Amino acid sequence: MATDTTAAQVETDTQALGPVVNFDKVVKRYGELTVLDELDFSVKPGERVTLIGPSGSGKTTILRLLMTLEKVTDGVIWVEGEPLSHMRDSGGELVPANEAYLRQMRKRIGMVFQQFNLFPNMNVLRNITEAPVHVLGLSKDEAAVRARELLELVGLSDKENAHPSKLSGGQQQRVAIARALAMRPDILLLDEVTSALDPELVADVQNVLRDIASSTDITMLIVTHEMHFARDVSQRVLMFDKGKIIEEGTPERLFSEPREERTQKFLRAVLEGR
Amino acid sequence: MGDFFTTFADALPQLLSGIRITLILTASGAVLALVLSFLFGLMSRSRSIMVRGTSRVIVEFFRGTSLVVQLFWFVYAMPIVTGFQLDDPVYAGIIALGLNYGAYGAEVVRGGLNAVPQAQWEATIALNMTPLQRLRLVIVPQAMAEMIPPFGNLLIQLLKASSLVVLVGIADLSFEAEKIRLTNATEATAAFSISLVLYFVLAWLLNTGMRAWEGHAKAKLGRPVPRKRLLQPVRADQGGAV
Ligand SMILES: Nc1ncnc2c1ncn2[C@@H]1O[C@H](COP(=O)(O)OP(=O)(O)OP(=O)(O)O)[C@@H](O)[C@H]1O
Ligand SMILES: [Mg+2]
Repeated sequence: MATDTTAAQVETDTQALGPVVNFDKVVKRYGELTVLDELDFSVKPGERVTLIGPSGSGKTTILRLLMTLEKVTDGVIWVEGEPLSHMRDSGGELVPANEAYLRQMRKRIGMVFQQFNLFPNMNVLRNITEAPVHVLGLSKDEAAVRARELLELVGLSDKENAHPSKLSGGQQQRVAIARALAMRPDILLLDEVTSALDPELVADVQNVLRDIASSTDITMLIVTHEMHFARDVSQRVLMFDKGKIIEEGTPERLFSEPREERTQKFLRAVLEGR
Repeated sequence: MGDFFTTFADALPQLLSGIRITLILTASGAVLALVLSFLFGLMSRSRSIMVRGTSRVIVEFFRGTSLVVQLFWFVYAMPIVTGFQLDDPVYAGIIALGLNYGAYGAEVVRGGLNAVPQAQWEATIALNMTPLQRLRLVIVPQAMAEMIPPFGNLLIQLLKASSLVVLVGIADLSFEAEKIRLTNATEATAAFSISLVLYFVLAWLLNTGMRAWEGHAKAKLGRPVPRKRLLQPVRADQGGAV
């Protein structure tokens, strides 16, 4: 695996601070297909990491494992020093986590999906307030105040009563970002959040995320094919191929002088394709 | 024609009391059926094979046996088997209709829940909702739009099937019509014509109500509202339990 000094530095800092996310020999298989093969990597608090790699290399799988939408086949994922996929039984042994334990761990993590996944049975405001009210126990008023602040942040103050279906894709995605942030997660997972959008709507969503990246210390794991965006928001890029990290580094270094041949090939393909 | 109206006026009080029983059977049967539909429909999605299996067996049993025989069982066999007799055969009618149509409704609930995209479930997990909150706040409100039309078909079938209770001597609308014929055979035409019309009007009212509910539910989801039609075609796959 090719690494440079900055990435190595991040690695050392991570040890000192204690990583917020740590994959420890994580294996994920679907039947015969091994998607992640003893994957090790960690993310330190407040760090923003971009995951790149060809289709099928396991990027989405990593985010879905973190969101507990999938279960690991083997290995352990640690979040803020506690096992995510497992819990300790009375004897201190790691056993698969139950629903109550998962709910404790999920509190720290939020996710924004490629297809937005807003709730069509609610207007914009309720999409954002529903979970804070029912899951966090906020009053309706507190939740509405919080939601309106976030709508302002994403530039949609005038849309709180709109139905999701009346919004453009870019607007829907900004509501989805507000909805995730309303839960105040420590870690935000973004899976190709602009790739379902018309090109002219991409910039608005990216600008919102740039704002959030520069104004909060929320840890982000970002899957994107937009190299400019990755350069702007992330401190580190991980290049995946076949469920393994084949190269990592700062976006500046990795995008301008990729060392691995597969990285070079992948970056060329992305530049030509888009 | 004069005769017809005289007969109609004479028969009306009896027919009205019959309608009352028919409405009680239909409404109570439908409420019970709705509750059981959700109970068995949700059980059929359980992770536990025991729970799934139990629901499967109950649903298949009540779909696969005759409503008339179930009715006879509750009225005549249950007191012997269990030593427990229902105060009024109307209760037996409600229970039999509720179980029967609840079994059909369970499939409607299951289908409706399955029709909600997996991505909606994932969004509720990402927001850390409890399994019950996922259903109550997000999934069921969306599934409802899918469930209302088949529920509407079942409701009308339940109304019509409720006339089978005459067989255990419950005085519903069809019973009263038959009673008029027995008293005076010349009034048979009038009595049965009137009761046909009354059943049709009841069915039409229920159908209109369900259509309005469907329109409301779809509008709330931002989906196109179906056109108004006098009577919607009954789908063959929702075949009755009679
Ligand atoms: N539920 C599933 N069942 C079976 N195979 C799956 C499932 N989900 C993902 N896979 C497979 O796992 C591999 C990795 O998928 P993943 O979605 O993580 O890739 P990705 O890096 O996000 O790709 P893309 O850039 O196309 O989004 C793929 O080969 C995919 O077909
Ligand atoms: Mg993906």
